[in-house]
Amino acid sequence: MKEIRVLSPVGMLGYGFPAESFQKGLEKKPHVIAADAGSTDAGPHKLGAGVGIVSKEATKKDLTLMLTAGCENKIPVIIGSAGGSGAEVHLNWTSEIVKEIAKEKNLHFKMALIHAEVEKDYLQKKLAQGKIKPLGPVPELTSKDIEEATRIVAVMGVHSHIKALEMGAEVIIAGRSNDPAMFAALPIKEGYDPGLALHMGKILECGAMASTPGTTSDCMMAYLREDCFIVEPTNPLRKCIPSTVAAHTLYEKSSPLHIIGPEGVVDVTGCKFEQFSERAVKVSGSKLKKSETINIKLEGASKVAYRTICIAGLRDPIMIKQIDECEKHVRDTVLTYFSNISPEDYSLIFHIYGRNGVMGELEPQKEITSHELCLILEAVAKDQELANTICAFARSTLMHYSYKGRIATAGNLAFPYAPSDIPTGAVYRFNIHHLVEVDDPDELFSIEMVEV
Amino acid sequence: MTKEVSIVDLVKVIRSKNAGPFELTFDIIFKDKETYEKVKKTKVITKELIAKLYHISIEKVLHFVEFDPANAIKATIVRPVDSGSIGETDVYGAQQHAPLLEIKIPYEE
Repeated sequence: MKEIRVLSPVGMLGYGFPAESFQKGLEKKPHVIAADAGSTDAGPHKLGAGVGIVSKEATKKDLTLMLTAGCENKIPVIIGSAGGSGAEVHLNWTSEIVKEIAKEKNLHFKMALIHAEVEKDYLQKKLAQGKIKPLGPVPELTSKDIEEATRIVAVMGVHSHIKALEMGAEVIIAGRSNDPAMFAALPIKEGYDPGLALHMGKILECGAMASTPGTTSDCMMAYLREDCFIVEPTNPLRKCIPSTVAAHTLYEKSSPLHIIGPEGVVDVTGCKFEQFSERAVKVSGSKLKKSETINIKLEGASKVAYRTICIAGLRDPIMIKQIDECEKHVRDTVLTYFSNISPEDYSLIFHIYGRNGVMGELEPQKEITSHELCLILEAVAKDQELANTICAFARSTLMHYSYKGRIATAGNLAFPYAPSDIPTGAVYRFNIHHLVEVDDPDELFSIEMVEV
Repeated sequence: MTKEVSIVDLVKVIRSKNAGPFELTFDIIFKDKETYEKVKKTKVITKELIAKLYHISIEKVLHFVEFDPANAIKATIVRPVDSGSIGETDVYGAQQHAPLLEIKIPYEE
Protein backbone atom coordinates (compact mmCIF):
# COMPACT_ATOMS: atom_id res chain seq x y z
CA MET A 1 0.00 0.00 0.00
CA LYS A 2 1.23 3.44 -0.96
CA GLU A 3 1.61 5.75 2.03
CA ILE A 4 3.47 8.93 2.94
CA ARG A 5 3.88 10.05 6.54
CA VAL A 6 4.07 13.64 7.75
CA LEU A 7 5.02 14.71 11.27
CA SER A 8 3.88 18.05 12.68
CA PRO A 9 5.68 18.49 16.00
CA VAL A 10 4.02 21.75 17.01
CA GLY A 11 1.28 24.17 15.94
CA MET A 12 3.58 27.17 16.05
CA LEU A 13 7.36 26.98 15.99
CA GLY A 14 8.53 28.21 19.38
CA TYR A 15 5.45 27.14 21.32
CA GLY A 16 7.34 24.04 22.51
CA PHE A 17 6.44 20.34 22.35
CA PRO A 18 7.28 17.29 24.50
CA ALA A 19 10.46 15.51 23.35
CA GLU A 20 8.80 12.13 24.13
CA SER A 21 5.92 12.87 21.75
CA PHE A 22 8.39 13.85 19.06
CA GLN A 23 10.36 10.64 19.60
CA LYS A 24 7.15 8.62 19.27
CA GLY A 25 6.50 10.42 15.99
CA LEU A 26 9.99 9.59 14.72
CA GLU A 27 9.40 5.91 15.49
CA LYS A 28 6.62 6.00 12.85
CA LYS A 29 9.28 6.90 10.29
CA PRO A 30 7.94 10.16 8.86
CA HIS A 31 8.98 11.19 5.34
CA VAL A 32 8.91 14.87 6.28
CA ILE A 33 8.88 16.98 9.45
CA ALA A 34 7.18 20.34 9.02
CA ALA A 35 5.99 23.25 11.12
CA ASP A 36 4.22 26.52 10.70
CA ALA A 37 5.96 29.50 12.25
CA GLY A 38 3.61 32.32 11.48
CA SER A 39 0.14 33.76 11.28
CA THR A 40 -1.66 37.06 10.87
CA ASP A 41 -3.52 36.27 14.09
CA ALA A 42 -1.46 38.47 16.37
CA GLY A 43 -2.23 41.53 14.29
CA PRO A 44 -0.28 43.69 11.82
CA HIS A 45 2.49 44.73 14.22
CA LYS A 46 4.81 41.75 13.54
CA LEU A 47 4.82 42.30 9.81
CA GLY A 48 4.96 46.08 10.13
CA ALA A 49 7.69 46.27 12.74
CA GLY A 50 9.56 43.21 11.47
CA VAL A 51 9.47 41.33 14.75
CA GLY A 52 8.33 37.87 15.84
CA ILE A 53 5.86 36.59 18.39
CA VAL A 54 8.00 33.90 20.00
CA SER A 55 11.42 34.25 21.58
CA LYS A 56 14.67 33.28 19.93
CA GLU A 57 15.37 30.80 22.75
CA ALA A 58 12.06 29.00 22.26
CA THR A 59 12.45 28.90 18.49
CA LYS A 60 15.95 27.52 18.87
CA LYS A 61 14.79 24.84 21.31
CA ASP A 62 12.09 23.57 18.92
CA LEU A 63 14.32 23.82 15.85
CA THR A 64 17.17 21.97 17.57
CA LEU A 65 14.99 18.90 18.10
CA MET A 66 13.66 19.04 14.54
CA LEU A 67 16.98 19.65 12.78
CA THR A 68 18.88 17.04 14.78
CA ALA A 69 16.25 14.39 14.05
CA GLY A 70 16.06 15.45 10.41
CA CYS A 71 19.81 15.15 9.88
CA GLU A 72 20.15 11.85 11.78
CA ASN A 73 17.31 10.18 9.91
CA LYS A 74 17.67 11.92 6.53
CA ILE A 75 14.20 13.45 6.78
CA PRO A 76 13.57 16.86 5.20
CA VAL A 77 12.59 19.60 7.65
CA ILE A 78 10.31 22.37 6.39
CA ILE A 79 9.47 25.60 8.22
CA GLY A 80 6.88 27.91 6.71
CA SER A 81 6.07 31.57 7.45
CA ALA A 82 9.44 31.87 9.18
CA GLY A 83 9.79 34.32 12.02
CA GLY A 84 6.06 35.02 12.36
CA SER A 85 5.31 36.99 9.21
CA GLY A 86 7.71 35.54 6.65
CA ALA A 87 9.28 38.79 5.39
CA GLU A 88 13.04 39.18 4.75
CA VAL A 89 13.85 40.24 8.30
CA HIS A 90 11.93 37.23 9.66
CA LEU A 91 13.59 34.84 7.21
CA ASN A 92 17.07 36.08 8.15
CA TRP A 93 16.28 35.84 11.86
CA THR A 94 15.26 32.20 11.46
CA SER A 95 18.12 31.31 9.13
CA GLU A 96 20.64 32.71 11.66
CA ILE A 97 19.13 30.50 14.36
CA VAL A 98 19.39 27.48 12.05
CA LYS A 99 23.06 28.23 11.34
CA GLU A 100 23.75 28.67 15.05
CA ILE A 101 22.21 25.27 15.82
CA ALA A 102 24.12 23.60 12.97
CA LYS A 103 27.38 24.99 14.31
CA GLU A 104 26.69 23.93 17.88
CA LYS A 105 25.49 20.44 16.95
CA ASN A 106 27.89 19.97 14.05
CA LEU A 107 25.07 19.41 11.54
CA HIS A 108 25.50 19.76 7.78
CA PHE A 109 22.76 20.10 5.23
CA LYS A 110 21.55 21.86 2.11
CA MET A 111 19.22 24.66 3.16
CA ALA A 112 16.77 26.45 0.89
CA LEU A 113 15.66 29.92 1.84
CA ILE A 114 12.47 30.86 0.03
CA HIS A 115 11.97 34.59 -0.13
CA ALA A 116 8.44 35.97 0.07
CA GLU A 117 8.85 39.73 0.50
CA VAL A 118 7.53 41.59 -2.52
CA GLU A 119 9.16 44.46 -4.39
CA LYS A 120 6.96 47.54 -4.49
CA ASP A 121 7.79 48.35 -8.13
CA TYR A 122 6.62 44.91 -9.20
CA LEU A 123 3.30 45.42 -7.40
CA GLN A 124 2.80 48.90 -8.85
CA LYS A 125 3.13 47.34 -12.30
CA LYS A 126 0.67 44.58 -11.43
CA LEU A 127 -1.74 47.17 -10.07
CA ALA A 128 -1.52 49.21 -13.27
CA GLN A 129 -2.23 46.03 -15.25
CA GLY A 130 -5.38 45.44 -13.20
CA LYS A 131 -4.07 42.18 -11.79
CA ILE A 132 -4.73 42.93 -8.11
CA LYS A 133 -8.11 42.50 -6.44
CA PRO A 134 -9.39 42.72 -2.86
CA LEU A 135 -9.53 39.58 -0.72
CA GLY A 136 -12.53 39.70 1.59
CA PRO A 137 -14.18 42.87 2.88
CA VAL A 138 -11.39 45.32 2.00
CA PRO A 139 -11.25 48.26 -0.44
CA GLU A 140 -9.56 48.19 -3.84
CA LEU A 141 -5.79 48.55 -3.64
CA THR A 142 -4.27 51.93 -4.47
CA SER A 143 -0.79 52.92 -5.49
CA LYS A 144 -0.57 54.88 -2.23
CA ASP A 145 -1.26 51.72 -0.18
CA ILE A 146 1.74 50.06 -1.81
CA GLU A 147 3.92 53.11 -1.16
CA GLU A 148 2.84 53.38 2.46
CA ALA A 149 3.35 49.73 3.36
CA THR A 150 6.34 49.07 5.59
CA ARG A 151 6.57 45.51 4.32
CA ILE A 152 4.62 43.39 1.86
CA VAL A 153 4.73 39.62 1.66
CA ALA A 154 3.18 37.17 -0.76
CA VAL A 155 1.80 33.90 0.54
CA MET A 156 3.34 30.93 -1.25
CA GLY A 157 1.71 27.62 -1.96
CA VAL A 158 3.26 24.17 -2.44
CA HIS A 159 4.83 25.24 -5.75
CA SER A 160 7.92 26.88 -4.23
CA HIS A 161 8.34 24.25 -1.50
CA ILE A 162 8.25 21.50 -4.14
CA LYS A 163 10.77 23.35 -6.24
CA ALA A 164 13.13 23.65 -3.26
CA LEU A 165 12.79 19.92 -2.59
CA GLU A 166 13.57 19.20 -6.24
CA MET A 167 16.68 21.34 -5.95
CA GLY A 168 17.84 18.99 -3.23
CA ALA A 169 16.95 20.99 -0.13
CA GLU A 170 17.20 19.01 3.09
CA VAL A 171 16.02 21.93 5.19
CA ILE A 172 13.59 24.55 3.90
CA ILE A 173 13.13 27.85 5.67
CA ALA A 174 10.35 29.54 3.80
CA GLY A 175 8.94 33.03 4.01
CA ARG A 176 5.19 33.56 4.27
CA SER A 177 3.49 30.30 3.30
CA ASN A 178 -0.09 29.17 3.06
CA ASP A 179 -0.63 27.16 6.26
CA PRO A 180 -1.00 23.68 4.67
CA ALA A 181 1.84 24.14 2.14
CA MET A 182 4.73 22.83 4.25
CA PHE A 183 2.87 19.61 4.98
CA ALA A 184 1.38 19.06 1.53
CA ALA A 185 4.45 19.85 -0.60
CA LEU A 186 6.32 16.54 -0.43
CA PRO A 187 3.15 14.42 -0.79
CA ILE A 188 2.01 16.41 -3.84
CA LYS A 189 5.51 16.17 -5.33
CA GLU A 190 5.32 12.39 -4.87
CA GLY A 191 2.04 12.27 -6.77
CA TYR A 192 -0.48 12.07 -3.92
CA ASP A 193 -3.92 13.60 -4.31
CA PRO A 194 -3.54 17.37 -3.79
CA GLY A 195 -7.02 17.80 -2.28
CA LEU A 196 -6.32 15.26 0.43
CA ALA A 197 -2.76 16.52 0.92
CA LEU A 198 -3.90 20.12 1.43
CA HIS A 199 -6.75 19.14 3.74
CA MET A 200 -4.25 17.04 5.72
CA GLY A 201 -1.98 20.10 5.89
CA LYS A 202 -4.83 22.20 7.24
CA ILE A 203 -5.30 19.69 10.08
CA LEU A 204 -1.56 19.38 10.78
CA GLU A 205 -0.68 23.06 10.82
CA CYS A 206 -1.97 23.49 14.38
CA GLY A 207 -0.05 20.53 15.85
CA ALA A 208 -2.26 18.39 18.07
CA MET A 209 -5.08 20.93 18.19
CA ALA A 210 -7.42 18.64 16.23
CA SER A 211 -7.25 16.03 19.01
CA THR A 212 -8.76 15.87 22.45
CA PRO A 213 -7.54 17.28 24.76
CA GLY A 214 -6.38 19.60 22.00
CA THR A 215 -3.25 21.72 22.06
CA THR A 216 -0.89 23.44 19.65
CA SER A 217 2.04 22.37 21.84
CA ASP A 218 2.19 18.68 20.94
CA CYS A 219 2.81 16.45 17.94
CA MET A 220 0.42 15.15 15.29
CA MET A 221 1.19 12.46 12.74
CA ALA A 222 -0.58 12.02 9.42
CA TYR A 223 -0.57 9.04 7.08
CA LEU A 224 -1.59 10.01 3.57
CA ARG A 225 -2.74 7.20 1.30
CA GLU A 226 -4.19 7.14 -2.19
CA ASP A 227 -7.82 7.69 -1.19
CA CYS A 228 -7.68 9.04 2.38
CA PHE A 229 -5.51 10.37 5.14
CA ILE A 230 -5.30 9.30 8.75
CA VAL A 231 -4.36 11.60 11.60
CA GLU A 232 -3.22 10.55 15.05
CA PRO A 233 -1.59 12.47 17.91
CA THR A 234 1.67 10.82 18.91
CA ASN A 235 1.09 11.50 22.61
CA PRO A 236 -0.94 8.54 24.00
CA LEU A 237 -2.78 10.93 26.34
CA ARG A 238 -4.54 12.51 23.36
CA LYS A 239 -6.81 11.11 20.70
CA CYS A 240 -8.52 12.17 17.51
CA ILE A 241 -12.22 11.59 17.14
CA PRO A 242 -14.23 12.47 14.02
CA SER A 243 -15.74 15.56 15.63
CA THR A 244 -12.37 17.06 16.65
CA VAL A 245 -10.95 16.62 13.16
CA ALA A 246 -14.13 17.83 11.46
CA ALA A 247 -14.23 20.80 13.85
CA HIS A 248 -10.67 21.70 13.02
CA THR A 249 -11.52 21.65 9.33
CA LEU A 250 -13.65 24.73 9.91
CA TYR A 251 -11.31 26.47 12.36
CA GLU A 252 -10.24 30.03 11.50
CA LYS A 253 -11.92 29.94 8.09
CA SER A 254 -14.81 32.01 6.84
CA SER A 255 -16.51 29.10 5.11
CA PRO A 256 -16.20 25.52 6.33
CA LEU A 257 -16.91 24.01 2.94
CA HIS A 258 -13.87 25.27 1.13
CA ILE A 259 -10.19 25.54 1.99
CA ILE A 260 -8.93 28.28 -0.29
CA GLY A 261 -5.29 28.57 -1.32
CA PRO A 262 -3.00 29.36 -4.22
CA GLU A 263 -3.57 25.87 -5.67
CA GLY A 264 -7.32 26.41 -5.89
CA VAL A 265 -10.17 25.46 -3.61
CA VAL A 266 -10.34 22.25 -1.61
CA ASP A 267 -13.99 21.28 -1.45
CA VAL A 268 -14.72 19.41 1.79
CA THR A 269 -18.50 19.31 1.35
CA GLY A 270 -18.50 15.58 0.70
CA CYS A 271 -15.86 14.70 3.27
CA LYS A 272 -16.13 11.70 5.55
CA PHE A 273 -14.55 11.64 9.00
CA GLU A 274 -14.40 8.14 10.52
CA GLN A 275 -12.83 6.62 13.61
CA PHE A 276 -9.99 4.54 12.17
CA SER A 277 -8.49 3.13 15.35
CA GLU A 278 -8.70 4.02 19.01
CA ARG A 279 -6.88 7.34 18.64
CA ALA A 280 -6.84 7.89 14.88
CA VAL A 281 -9.35 9.38 12.44
CA LYS A 282 -9.61 8.68 8.74
CA VAL A 283 -10.61 11.48 6.38
CA SER A 284 -11.67 10.98 2.78
CA GLY A 285 -13.48 12.85 0.04
CA SER A 286 -11.61 16.18 -0.01
CA LYS A 287 -11.28 17.37 -3.60
CA LEU A 288 -9.13 20.10 -5.11
CA LYS A 289 -10.75 22.26 -7.73
CA LYS A 290 -7.83 23.90 -9.45
CA SER A 291 -8.24 27.56 -10.22
CA GLU A 292 -7.85 28.65 -13.82
CA THR A 293 -5.52 31.49 -12.95
CA ILE A 294 -2.80 31.61 -10.30
CA ASN A 295 -3.85 34.03 -7.59
CA ILE A 296 -1.44 34.73 -4.77
CA LYS A 297 -2.42 36.41 -1.54
CA LEU A 298 -0.60 39.58 -0.53
CA GLU A 299 -0.26 40.92 3.00
CA GLY A 300 1.05 44.37 3.77
CA ALA A 301 1.25 46.50 6.89
CA SER A 302 1.69 50.23 7.22
CA LYS A 303 2.53 52.44 10.16
CA VAL A 304 -0.44 54.60 11.10
CA ALA A 305 0.28 56.13 14.50
CA TYR A 306 2.02 55.91 17.86
CA ARG A 307 0.35 54.80 21.06
CA THR A 308 0.47 55.57 24.77
CA ILE A 309 -1.75 53.79 27.28
CA CYS A 310 -2.67 54.26 30.91
CA ILE A 311 -4.24 51.50 33.01
CA ALA A 312 -6.47 52.46 35.92
CA GLY A 313 -9.09 50.90 38.16
CA LEU A 314 -12.39 52.46 39.27
CA ARG A 315 -14.10 51.36 42.49
CA ASP A 316 -16.39 54.27 43.45
CA PRO A 317 -20.03 53.28 42.81
CA ILE A 318 -21.12 56.91 42.44
CA MET A 319 -18.57 57.42 39.68
CA ILE A 320 -19.16 54.03 38.01
CA LYS A 321 -22.82 54.97 37.53
CA GLN A 322 -21.72 58.05 35.61
CA ILE A 323 -18.83 56.58 33.64
CA ASP A 324 -20.30 57.55 30.25
CA GLU A 325 -20.65 61.16 31.39
CA CYS A 326 -17.08 61.12 32.80
CA GLU A 327 -15.80 59.87 29.45
CA LYS A 328 -17.63 62.66 27.65
CA HIS A 329 -16.20 65.27 30.02
CA VAL A 330 -12.65 64.08 29.38
CA ARG A 331 -13.15 64.05 25.61
CA ASP A 332 -14.61 67.56 25.61
CA THR A 333 -11.86 68.91 27.88
CA VAL A 334 -9.10 67.42 25.73
CA LEU A 335 -10.66 68.92 22.58
CA THR A 336 -10.92 72.36 24.13
CA TYR A 337 -7.49 72.36 25.75
CA PHE A 338 -5.74 71.19 22.59
CA SER A 339 -7.73 73.37 20.23
CA ASN A 340 -4.39 74.29 18.60
CA ILE A 341 -3.94 70.66 17.49
CA SER A 342 -5.99 69.19 14.67
CA PRO A 343 -8.33 66.47 15.99
CA GLU A 344 -7.20 64.40 13.01
CA ASP A 345 -3.72 64.14 14.49
CA TYR A 346 -4.80 62.04 17.43
CA SER A 347 -7.58 59.94 18.89
CA LEU A 348 -8.51 59.05 22.40
CA ILE A 349 -9.99 55.64 23.10
CA PHE A 350 -11.59 54.46 26.33
CA HIS A 351 -11.42 50.71 26.88
CA ILE A 352 -13.69 50.23 29.87
CA TYR A 353 -13.66 46.64 31.15
CA GLY A 354 -16.88 46.02 33.02
CA ARG A 355 -18.75 48.07 30.42
CA ASN A 356 -17.80 46.95 26.88
CA GLY A 357 -14.01 46.58 26.99
CA VAL A 358 -13.98 43.22 25.23
CA MET A 359 -16.67 43.63 22.60
CA GLY A 360 -16.83 47.37 21.98
CA GLU A 361 -19.68 48.20 19.65
CA LEU A 362 -20.66 44.53 19.33
CA GLU A 363 -21.51 44.33 23.07
CA PRO A 364 -25.24 43.68 23.48
CA GLN A 365 -25.31 44.18 27.28
CA LYS A 366 -25.66 47.87 27.99
CA GLU A 367 -25.96 47.85 31.78
CA ILE A 368 -22.88 47.83 34.03
CA THR A 369 -23.26 45.21 36.75
CA SER A 370 -19.71 45.12 38.11
CA HIS A 371 -18.60 46.73 41.38
CA GLU A 372 -15.30 47.76 39.79
CA LEU A 373 -14.15 48.77 36.33
CA CYS A 374 -10.81 48.65 34.59
CA LEU A 375 -10.04 51.53 32.31
CA ILE A 376 -7.38 51.51 29.66
CA LEU A 377 -6.99 54.98 28.39
CA GLU A 378 -5.41 54.88 24.96
CA ALA A 379 -4.04 57.81 23.04
CA VAL A 380 -2.93 57.28 19.46
CA ALA A 381 -1.32 60.13 17.62
CA LYS A 382 0.87 61.01 14.68
CA ASP A 383 3.97 60.90 16.87
CA GLN A 384 4.93 59.44 20.24
CA GLU A 385 5.29 62.81 21.94
CA LEU A 386 1.74 63.82 21.06
CA ALA A 387 0.40 60.43 22.16
CA ASN A 388 2.17 60.88 25.52
CA THR A 389 0.78 64.40 25.84
CA ILE A 390 -2.83 63.46 25.09
CA CYS A 391 -2.71 60.42 27.36
CA ALA A 392 -1.25 62.36 30.29
CA PHE A 393 -3.75 65.18 29.97
CA ALA A 394 -6.73 62.82 29.65
CA ARG A 395 -5.49 60.85 32.65
CA SER A 396 -5.08 63.88 34.93
CA THR A 397 -8.42 65.30 33.79
CA LEU A 398 -10.24 62.08 34.70
CA MET A 399 -8.26 61.64 37.93
CA HIS A 400 -9.51 64.95 39.32
CA TYR A 401 -12.87 65.40 37.58
CA SER A 402 -15.56 66.51 39.99
CA TYR A 403 -18.45 64.43 38.69
CA LYS A 404 -21.94 64.87 40.10
CA GLY A 405 -22.31 63.76 43.73
CA ARG A 406 -18.58 63.14 44.18
CA ILE A 407 -17.61 62.62 47.83
CA ALA A 408 -14.24 60.89 47.29
CA THR A 409 -12.31 64.04 46.55
CA ALA A 410 -8.73 62.72 46.64
CA GLY A 411 -8.68 61.16 43.16
CA ASN A 412 -10.85 59.04 40.87
CA LEU A 413 -8.44 56.41 39.60
CA ALA A 414 -6.42 53.54 41.08
CA PHE A 415 -3.20 53.09 39.11
CA PRO A 416 -1.54 49.70 39.45
CA TYR A 417 1.74 51.08 38.10
CA ALA A 418 4.07 54.01 38.45
CA PRO A 419 4.64 55.48 35.96
CA SER A 420 0.96 55.35 35.09
CA ASP A 421 1.47 56.09 31.40
CA ILE A 422 3.10 53.56 29.10
CA PRO A 423 4.28 54.49 25.60
CA THR A 424 3.90 51.38 23.43
CA GLY A 425 5.41 52.63 20.18
CA ALA A 426 4.25 52.41 16.61
CA VAL A 427 0.79 51.19 15.59
CA TYR A 428 0.33 49.36 12.32
CA ARG A 429 -2.60 48.23 10.25
CA PHE A 430 -3.01 45.62 7.53
CA ASN A 431 -3.34 47.95 4.58
CA ILE A 432 -2.90 45.23 1.95
CA HIS A 433 -4.98 42.06 1.95
CA HIS A 434 -5.39 41.35 -1.73
CA LEU A 435 -4.86 38.77 -4.44
CA VAL A 436 -2.41 39.23 -7.26
CA GLU A 437 -2.75 37.24 -10.45
CA VAL A 438 0.57 35.90 -11.72
CA ASP A 439 1.69 33.87 -14.72
CA ASP A 440 4.18 31.95 -12.64
CA PRO A 441 4.61 31.88 -8.82
CA ASP A 442 8.37 32.16 -9.41
CA GLU A 443 7.78 35.84 -10.16
CA LEU A 444 7.21 36.31 -6.44
CA PHE A 445 9.22 33.64 -4.68
CA SER A 446 12.92 33.14 -5.26
CA ILE A 447 14.88 30.25 -3.82
CA GLU A 448 18.37 30.62 -2.41
CA MET A 449 20.37 27.47 -1.69
CA VAL A 450 22.82 27.59 1.19
CA GLU A 451 25.32 24.92 2.25
CA VAL A 452 25.19 24.74 6.03
CA MET B 1 -43.49 18.45 25.44
CA THR B 2 -41.60 21.44 24.06
CA LYS B 3 -39.45 23.55 26.32
CA GLU B 4 -36.76 26.18 25.88
CA VAL B 5 -33.25 24.82 26.28
CA SER B 6 -30.12 26.91 26.56
CA ILE B 7 -27.76 26.30 23.68
CA VAL B 8 -24.97 25.83 26.23
CA ASP B 9 -26.56 22.49 27.16
CA LEU B 10 -26.58 21.30 23.55
CA VAL B 11 -23.07 22.09 22.34
CA LYS B 12 -19.53 20.92 22.73
CA VAL B 13 -17.99 24.10 21.38
CA ILE B 14 -19.05 27.71 20.90
CA ARG B 15 -16.18 29.90 19.83
CA SER B 16 -15.21 32.99 17.91
CA LYS B 17 -11.94 33.57 16.08
CA ASN B 18 -10.41 35.67 13.33
CA ALA B 19 -10.75 34.26 9.85
CA GLY B 20 -8.02 36.47 8.49
CA PRO B 21 -7.64 40.04 9.76
CA PHE B 22 -10.92 41.31 8.34
CA GLU B 23 -13.44 38.66 9.31
CA LEU B 24 -14.69 37.15 12.52
CA THR B 25 -16.03 33.62 12.46
CA PHE B 26 -18.28 31.78 14.91
CA ASP B 27 -18.39 28.00 15.31
CA ILE B 28 -21.26 26.27 17.08
CA ILE B 29 -20.47 22.57 17.33
CA PHE B 30 -23.19 20.35 18.76
CA LYS B 31 -22.79 17.40 21.14
CA ASP B 32 -23.83 14.79 18.61
CA LYS B 33 -25.53 14.22 15.28
CA GLU B 34 -28.96 13.81 16.86
CA THR B 35 -28.82 17.12 18.74
CA TYR B 36 -27.43 18.91 15.68
CA GLU B 37 -30.21 17.60 13.44
CA LYS B 38 -32.88 18.55 16.02
CA VAL B 39 -31.56 22.09 16.34
CA LYS B 40 -31.20 22.45 12.59
CA LYS B 41 -34.84 21.47 12.17
CA THR B 42 -36.02 24.26 14.53
CA LYS B 43 -34.43 26.83 12.16
CA VAL B 44 -33.80 29.09 15.16
CA ILE B 45 -30.15 29.71 14.29
CA THR B 46 -30.13 31.72 11.10
CA LYS B 47 -28.21 34.47 9.42
CA GLU B 48 -30.88 36.87 10.71
CA LEU B 49 -30.34 35.71 14.29
CA ILE B 50 -26.60 36.33 14.07
CA ALA B 51 -27.23 39.85 12.73
CA LYS B 52 -29.70 40.48 15.56
CA LEU B 53 -27.43 39.17 18.33
CA TYR B 54 -24.55 41.39 17.23
CA HIS B 55 -26.67 44.41 16.26
CA ILE B 56 -25.30 44.42 12.74
CA SER B 57 -26.96 44.59 9.35
CA ILE B 58 -27.52 41.28 7.57
CA GLU B 59 -25.06 42.25 4.79
CA LYS B 60 -22.29 42.07 7.39
CA VAL B 61 -22.98 38.38 7.90
CA LEU B 62 -20.79 37.11 5.08
CA HIS B 63 -21.33 33.37 5.42
CA PHE B 64 -23.80 31.16 7.21
CA VAL B 65 -23.29 27.44 6.75
CA GLU B 66 -24.54 24.24 8.32
CA PHE B 67 -21.65 21.79 8.13
CA ASP B 68 -22.99 18.27 8.61
CA PRO B 69 -19.67 16.38 8.91
CA ALA B 70 -18.78 18.40 12.03
CA ASN B 71 -22.36 18.70 13.41
CA ALA B 72 -21.67 22.39 13.28
CA ILE B 73 -23.20 25.69 12.33
CA LYS B 74 -20.80 28.38 11.27
CA ALA B 75 -21.27 32.09 10.65
CA THR B 76 -18.76 34.70 9.58
CA ILE B 77 -19.16 38.44 10.00
CA VAL B 78 -17.19 41.51 9.01
CA ARG B 79 -14.90 42.57 11.86
CA PRO B 80 -15.94 45.93 13.36
CA VAL B 81 -12.26 46.95 13.19
CA ASP B 82 -9.61 45.08 11.23
CA SER B 83 -7.38 43.04 13.50
CA GLY B 84 -4.91 45.13 15.48
CA SER B 85 -5.93 48.46 13.96
CA ILE B 86 -6.76 51.56 16.00
CA GLY B 87 -9.85 50.88 18.09
CA GLU B 88 -9.23 47.14 18.37
CA THR B 89 -10.53 45.35 21.46
CA ASP B 90 -9.73 41.71 20.66
CA VAL B 91 -6.80 41.10 18.31
CA TYR B 92 -7.40 37.33 17.93
CA GLY B 93 -11.18 37.70 18.00
CA ALA B 94 -11.33 34.87 20.51
CA GLN B 95 -13.75 36.48 23.01
CA GLN B 96 -16.60 37.63 20.79
CA HIS B 97 -18.81 34.58 21.25
CA ALA B 98 -20.75 35.50 24.42
CA PRO B 99 -23.96 36.72 22.72
CA LEU B 100 -24.29 33.25 21.15
CA LEU B 101 -24.54 31.71 24.62
CA GLU B 102 -27.90 33.45 25.04
CA ILE B 103 -29.55 31.44 22.26
CA LYS B 104 -32.53 29.39 23.40
CA ILE B 105 -33.79 26.42 21.42
CA PRO B 106 -37.40 25.15 21.60
CA TYR B 107 -36.66 21.51 22.24
CA GLU B 108 -38.89 18.43 22.18
CA GLU B 109 -38.23 16.25 25.19
